[in-house]
Amino acid sequence: MKELLKVTDLHASIADKEILKGINLTVNRGEVHAIMGPNGSGKSTLSAVLAGNPAFTVTSGSATFHGLDLLSMPPENRSHEGLFLSFQYPVEIPGVSMVNFMRAAVNAKRKYFGEQPMPAAEFLKLMREKRAVVELDNKLASRSVNEGFSGGEKKRNEIFQMAVLEPCLSILDETDSGLDIDALRIVAEGVNKLKTPDNATIVITHYQRLLDYIKPDIVHILYKGRIVYTGGPELALELEEKGYDWIKNQVDKEA
Amino acid sequence: MSALTQYIDLYRQSRAEISAGSAGALNALRPAALEALEGCRLPDRSDEGFEKTSIDAMFAPDFGVNINRIALPCDVASAFKCGVPNVSSLLAVLVNDRFVPTAPLLKNLPDGVTVMSLAKAAELYPDIVSRHYGSVASLKSPGTALNTLLAQDGVFIRIGRGVRLDKPIQIVTLSSAPVPMLTVRRMLIIAEPGSEATILTCDHAMTPDIPSLASQVVEVIAGEGARIDICDIEESAAKSSRYSQLYARQEAGSDLAIGSMTLRNGSTRNEFSVNICGPRCESRISGMAIGSAAQHIDNSSNITHGAPRSRSNQLFKYVLDDKSTGAFEGSIEVTPDAPFTEAFQTDRNILASPDARMHTKPQLLIYNDDVKCSHGATTGQLDEQALFYMRSRGIPLDEARMMLMQAFMTEVVDTIRVEALRDRLRHLVERRLAGLDASCSECSAGCKSE
Repeated sequence: MKELLKVTDLHASIADKEILKGINLTVNRGEVHAIMGPNGSGKSTLSAVLAGNPAFTVTSGSATFHGLDLLSMPPENRSHEGLFLSFQYPVEIPGVSMVNFMRAAVNAKRKYFGEQPMPAAEFLKLMREKRAVVELDNKLASRSVNEGFSGGEKKRNEIFQMAVLEPCLSILDETDSGLDIDALRIVAEGVNKLKTPDNATIVITHYQRLLDYIKPDIVHILYKGRIVYTGGPELALELEEKGYDWIKNQVDKEA
Repeated sequence: MSALTQYIDLYRQSRAEISAGSAGALNALRPAALEALEGCRLPDRSDEGFEKTSIDAMFAPDFGVNINRIALPCDVASAFKCGVPNVSSLLAVLVNDRFVPTAPLLKNLPDGVTVMSLAKAAELYPDIVSRHYGSVASLKSPGTALNTLLAQDGVFIRIGRGVRLDKPIQIVTLSSAPVPMLTVRRMLIIAEPGSEATILTCDHAMTPDIPSLASQVVEVIAGEGARIDICDIEESAAKSSRYSQLYARQEAGSDLAIGSMTLRNGSTRNEFSVNICGPRCESRISGMAIGSAAQHIDNSSNITHGAPRSRSNQLFKYVLDDKSTGAFEGSIEVTPDAPFTEAFQTDRNILASPDARMHTKPQLLIYNDDVKCSHGATTGQLDEQALFYMRSRGIPLDEARMMLMQAFMTEVVDTIRVEALRDRLRHLVERRLAGLDASCSECSAGCKSE
């Protein structure tokens, strides 16, 4: 099956304020989609809703994820089924070590598929291999999740987790924010290494910069809770040149 | 009518039996205790400091008191399953208030260390026991006066001058009675100058379906330069009530660390009263409370700095689920005689259910200008963002909650200085939060002490 995610007329709100006002989006396996848009247009809300953040309420619409009703699943099952969200602001969890965190995640997924917990030696080998993808320092493994990590380390840690969980759909929410150019390159290379014909990536970003490293096939512009424009990679370059105003003006005029 | 009356009547009727079942130093204080209780009542919720726990209500039921010292049946052997892995404990069992040594204890106790029945110690070492018994505990507290009036036995621990004990002493307390019973027990811990020891106590209910009440007074004397760690773990049952009062006196340069962990209980009131009498002391009280169902846990902690250049730290953390309730009152008192004091107090609590309740009352009483003191108290919920982050990585909600609660308690566990005890406690907390029976006798860790 080529189609991985199909979002139809998705509406979502937080505290009775509607943020998403009818999103339609289809992502096929092997594709890289970029979602761009001005601040406050709903980009992060879309990623949070797809990942199942309980802070948001879906008011109407549907989303199927390789044939499953995504919106009816708890966040943990969405993860087990292959959805991964790289957080814009990875959460610090004092007192929970990275190793225990990842072991819990890996074994929860195995349990979901009726498998036994991963043997310790195999788990350590997996950690070692996946750390290499984003050159993540081993010393971070014994620390609490994201606690005391630099901005760059936090983002690399997200891609490390993605490498371990091997999702079929990754949503990268503003992964470039707060990254210097070297960290950006390492993170982007990590994402590219993990790319296969069977999985897909949605890159949410404000700037064109990240898209120099992670080449999108399709670019969407999200504005006021709707995808108002969809085009090829050239759209990102056009946005970079013209800014968001021409889109805003066009959409606001039509409205 | 105050709940106290029935116990005073009991004493008046059975004075001879009570004394006959005890020993000199303990009997000697009974008249003073009786006098202290004259016209007194046990504190209830109208009394300051007892807003959330009525001692009067705790003592009101018609509990029996085993003044004739009938040996009650108790499966002591099962207590031997309780132990601390990698630590060869010097283990003794306390059945209600009756001291039962174990063979390894008698065999391995080094020279200069005494661990025995308090009543027996009063016979063997009358001078030492008379000098210290009741020297720290205050008869101004009606609970302590009542305990002193009725206590017949308990534990006596003495670490001789300069003796450094490398193995923890462990006292397993088992409440066991076929009928509702009040146990009155006493513990006297004397750490002579320069000595070092770790004492682990744990509290279990062997007859959990029968209501029980324990009145416990612990006196600790930390001599000059002594270093003493005391860790108390309560794993009793829903029908267990406990009123525990710990009094400590610290001499110059002593280092006292008290840990109090309430993992399972019914209704508990723990009081800690530490008096720093000499300069350059270190003092720490760490508390943990994990509540679910209808558990009630009340800790009241006071450290008084009466001498210069000492440091103290109070840290209490609660996780309360279901309809459990918690209370904390902590105070630091710095007297005019205690310049250059550093004293800190922290209370942090998580309410894991909308029906759980926490009441906290941090206090500072500072009568000196040259001090560094702070206190802080917070009560909140589990971090929603952290929960979502964990779930988004596939960790199920219940497990994520448990991991966060356990992480929250790490700070308290880490204050335990003996590594093996720390590991043991971490394990117990993990089991407790996982909803498994935390009691040692049910534990699958397989740590049988030899």
